[in-house]
Amino acid sequence: MRTLKSVLALATLAVACAAQADVKFAYVGEISGSIAVSGGNFRDGVVLAVEELNAKGGILKNKIVLTLYDTQTNPGVARSQMQKAIDGDPYVVLGPIFSGNVKVTMQLLQQAEIPSFTGGEAAELTTLGSPYLFRTSFGQQIGMPKIANYIRDEIKAKTVALIWVNNDFGKGGRDRLMKELAARNIKLVADVSTESGQVDFAADVVKLKAANADAVFVYSNEEECARIMREARKQGLKGPFVGDTTLLSQKTIELAAEAANGVVGHVGLTADAPIPAVTDFAARFQKRFNYKPDHNGIKGYTAVYAVKFVTETKLGKFDRKGLAKVMHGLTITPKEEPGILMETTWDNVGEIDRISFLAEVVNGKQNISKVLPKLGK
Amino acid sequence: MADILQLLVAGLATGGIYALVAIGFTLLWQTSQTINFAQGEFVMLPAFFVLIAMGYFGLPFWPAMAVGGVVSVAVLGLLFKKWMVDPMIRHGVLPLVIATIGLAILMKEAVREFYGADAWPFPAFAATTDVSVLGAVFSVQSLVILAICLAVVAALQLFLGGTRTGRCMQATAQNPTVARLLGIRVERMILYTFLINGALVWVASLLITPIYLAKFTNGEWLGLYAFIAAIIGGFNQVRGAIVGGLLLGVVDNFAAAYISSQYRMAIPLMILIVVILFRPQGLLGRVEERTV
Repeated sequence: MRTLKSVLALATLAVACAAQADVKFAYVGEISGSIAVSGGNFRDGVVLAVEELNAKGGILKNKIVLTLYDTQTNPGVARSQMQKAIDGDPYVVLGPIFSGNVKVTMQLLQQAEIPSFTGGEAAELTTLGSPYLFRTSFGQQIGMPKIANYIRDEIKAKTVALIWVNNDFGKGGRDRLMKELAARNIKLVADVSTESGQVDFAADVVKLKAANADAVFVYSNEEECARIMREARKQGLKGPFVGDTTLLSQKTIELAAEAANGVVGHVGLTADAPIPAVTDFAARFQKRFNYKPDHNGIKGYTAVYAVKFVTETKLGKFDRKGLAKVMHGLTITPKEEPGILMETTWDNVGEIDRISFLAEVVNGKQNISKVLPKLGK
Repeated sequence: MADILQLLVAGLATGGIYALVAIGFTLLWQTSQTINFAQGEFVMLPAFFVLIAMGYFGLPFWPAMAVGGVVSVAVLGLLFKKWMVDPMIRHGVLPLVIATIGLAILMKEAVREFYGADAWPFPAFAATTDVSVLGAVFSVQSLVILAICLAVVAALQLFLGGTRTGRCMQATAQNPTVARLLGIRVERMILYTFLINGALVWVASLLITPIYLAKFTNGEWLGLYAFIAAIIGGFNQVRGAIVGGLLLGVVDNFAAAYISSQYRMAIPLMILIVVILFRPQGLLGRVEERTV
């Protein structure tokens, strides 16, 4: 009888241990450095999703153990941090957000056959042939045609002055925008390159003013966008100012204050989207972290839920190769997985497609003026 | 022509801020042989004092600004001298230089730890409107910055040249031994220069942060630019620091506009090299001789 009790106790313990098994997630992103704003938002989106899932028992009853690695927005550090993360044997990697860091680390992930969900938006990332890389937001090849149409149809501009940040993200966007503008007979009259982390934009804004363009296109990271807008208003540059998601992001609006008013453009993701699920997410995020999320928060959050959906619903087990295979060509709807917030599709190279928005900053708030359909519809 | 005028005013406004910071370098060097490599972080920190007064203690902007000033003078002037300079300076200039580099890292990382790596908006006390003169549009904010810088520099010059305390400070800077023999309380004069430096970095911080945003890394480039300005102008002359600062601000803006944004940082460094090669004492500095 005593032996039987011991066996039962051991069996119970084993079952308990099995029930408490963990699955490792790694966040490798920009917690410090020049785009810490973006990396911090993405990280917090991931953390919120992980906490929510763990509160419900995790994925396939496995608790998610999240480890954070800081790339310091430095490609050299990013590579070593990614190797460190891979050595920890994670099921998936979330991040990086900085396109330059994505470029230098994606090969490591491909070799290790670990799926990664990146916040990088540089156009070339999904052309480099990694079957393990998946976007969490539009690449520039998806976003820029929409913006170029907006400049032609809504602003009716014939000339554009462009100010951009000279990194992988900025250069990719600039090249793509120039191509799209040329295709629409819109002339680029100023091409002003700036540096990541730059603080003084006085001379750059003078160049923009001298161009006397019908529209000014601002393409940089959030902090720099805010500084450009402050300097532009300071020097009386009238605009109109057009941009992509970063120019209209919550953080840019917060930093630029009244200088952000009147900015218009296209946003791929926004916490101000007129979608109840997004509004609920933004409220939970605000409650947890005491600030309003921007598009990067949504990227991180939805990436975790995409992994959860595929693992539980499509695979039924933890299978990295299977996850990467299933993700290609997959569409997840909010009905199937509420955490995905909006219907999302990944194509055969990991590019993403979902609805997007045209927006304007009014009185320090982002107003959505139009919802654009998915490209595939 | 309008572009040149706008660049000139914007450059002078930025240069005025460099000048304030560079004056601090020269004052500390002259009176106490202190080279403060944390000077950039000294400019970064007062903005966070103001933000803390506003965010944590709920003060409106103007009282918070005043509190920031008092704390800056106390911490970056008095405590810096008592806790770091006084114990270290007796071991020579080099250990103190290394200690200030360490202090810069400590201050930067402390702000990052306490306030985060993000940039923070900072209120401006001048409206973001503009005025048009001779076809050129000037920002009111730039003009106000320039006016405040000039007023502070003028007030400082008046104080140093027109008051007994100021003259005692100059005497201390020129020859502390003789100053002591003349009955000047040298230690007190040295303390005054540290307090003035605390006030100067506070003003510089209030002027620059609304444009560049409050961020823990702000001191890195600002300290470097001010140091270069002080060397170009003359490390042992306050007027040299003023000229160096203004020159650097203007050259930096013109270089970014007409040469290259990417190489804008290289231009001040090239000027620095030329000055060191052909006029090592700086544009307005005086040659110092030492008896060995």
